[in-house]
Amino acid sequence: MSQIIVETTTSPCIVVDHVSKRFLRRNTHSFKEAFVSWIKRRKVRADTFTALDDISFQIGQGEAVGILGLNGSGKSTTLKLISGVLEPDSGGVFTRGRVAGLIEVGAGFHPDLSGRENVYLNAAILGMGRKEIDERFDDIVAFSEIGEFIDQEVKHYSSGMFMRLAFSVAIHVDVDILLVDEVLSVGDAPFRAKCYTKIRELTARGVTMVVVSHDTKMIKELCARGIVIRKGRKIFDGAIDEAVDQVAR
Amino acid sequence: MSVGTRLDVSEYDVPGRGRGLLDVFQWRYLLRLLVRKGTATRYRNSVLGWVWSYVKPASQFLIYYFVMGIILQFHRDVQNFAIYLFAGVVVVNLFNEAFGNATNAIVDNRALVKKIYLPRELFPIAAIIVAFVHFLPQLVILLLVCLLVGWTPTLLGLGGALLGIILVVAFALGLGLFFSGLNVRFRDAQNFVDLIKMFSTWTSPVLYTWALVADALRDHDWLLFLYMSNPLTVAVELFHVGFWEPTTTQSYVLPEWFGYASLVAVGVTLVALVAGQWTFRRFERTFAQDL
Repeated sequence: MSQIIVETTTSPCIVVDHVSKRFLRRNTHSFKEAFVSWIKRRKVRADTFTALDDISFQIGQGEAVGILGLNGSGKSTTLKLISGVLEPDSGGVFTRGRVAGLIEVGAGFHPDLSGRENVYLNAAILGMGRKEIDERFDDIVAFSEIGEFIDQEVKHYSSGMFMRLAFSVAIHVDVDILLVDEVLSVGDAPFRAKCYTKIRELTARGVTMVVVSHDTKMIKELCARGIVIRKGRKIFDGAIDEAVDQVAR
Repeated sequence: MSVGTRLDVSEYDVPGRGRGLLDVFQWRYLLRLLVRKGTATRYRNSVLGWVWSYVKPASQFLIYYFVMGIILQFHRDVQNFAIYLFAGVVVVNLFNEAFGNATNAIVDNRALVKKIYLPRELFPIAAIIVAFVHFLPQLVILLLVCLLVGWTPTLLGLGGALLGIILVVAFALGLGLFFSGLNVRFRDAQNFVDLIKMFSTWTSPVLYTWALVADALRDHDWLLFLYMSNPLTVAVELFHVGFWEPTTTQSYVLPEWFGYASLVAVGVTLVALVAGQWTFRRFERTFAQDL
């Protein structure tokens, strides 16, 4: 492997090194289709589509970085590569410390379980142990403002309550790297303000953060640095204000 | 480290690379919650709830007993045929349930698999443990019935039955990992699995005795050996020896090479586990984009 040179002033927490990601557009979806295509000498193999093309960047400890770009530019793919859900086709992704994403808010919730059971389940999914959850349970419920509804089944929650609880679980996980996708647009204005405060608190504590969003106002508020991706290529990496201008262009 | 120095990659993790089945031990708290979720939500919104866990095997048993025992008169040749039958049925049920659950585990949890990285083996394993939990009431019924007809448990017999359970669960896990990985890309896998589940009841001595098979395959010893090396067959016979045989006055003889067949069955199970884990890991890399 070629050597990687450190580019950040603090020691890097996330290193994305010449990463490319291609998706397959499958032409066949079953044994039968594959066989029929093979007989007819049509394409059995899939076509590829390049989602990310040779992207490199490093993020230092405690930095808050926004990833910007238009729809389909590859922002979310980048986050998924950092979280490990996807694997790069070439290049390497390296992280240091515990990674958790607010991307998966609510993904682990089961509608038939009570709020309490869901808190435990989701916190465990995000990597917390039993004792840790016990300790933070009250904070989580308090932050979500769910109150006495915590023992009700989640399917009876309003969508706002659901998102608040899910978000509250995610934000109370002990992490070194926090990945945030769109989700911050949930909830009403007071709750959002509370979330921002909480996130700033985390960055002040040295948590590294990567935010993906179209909400430029929010990104400007939370991040100092911005990376702009267009059609799978990195076109800008620098101060957030300039980055926002780049996207609009 | 400062700007311009070389980065030491060995201090870093590579996201998305797990150690397969070994990782599951580290995540045992989550595993426990997943199992609890599986058992708690299975019969939500159903009036009879857990009763279904008894009704299904009971009706299955009744129909088998009616056809094999009464219409085909098996109960004349096999003492306590009902117990013979039930001991085999619970083993095959355990296998079918565990195998079927595991196969669907990844697709059923797609919301999570697509969005967050966890050792994905957790899902098939949780599914298999849930299947095991549902097997326990059936085992209890078997024990009760055996005790009622005057069964005296032997340590050897119980140990054998335990080995049988381990064999079945491990075999189901191996096959389950294999097909749950495959199932993500090719949903045909599910139909394959249904076929295997259908065969499982008939390719092991559940509804008949192995002696009948031996008669039919008189001139093909190796076929009989193949038949006996099926991990399910071995487990079913271990259950027969553990639970049914002590309740009869007949002496029940297994072929003298049953030990070798069992060893082959253990080998088959190990191969299934390794192949299953290998395939699973191969397909795992593209789970998030194929779901």
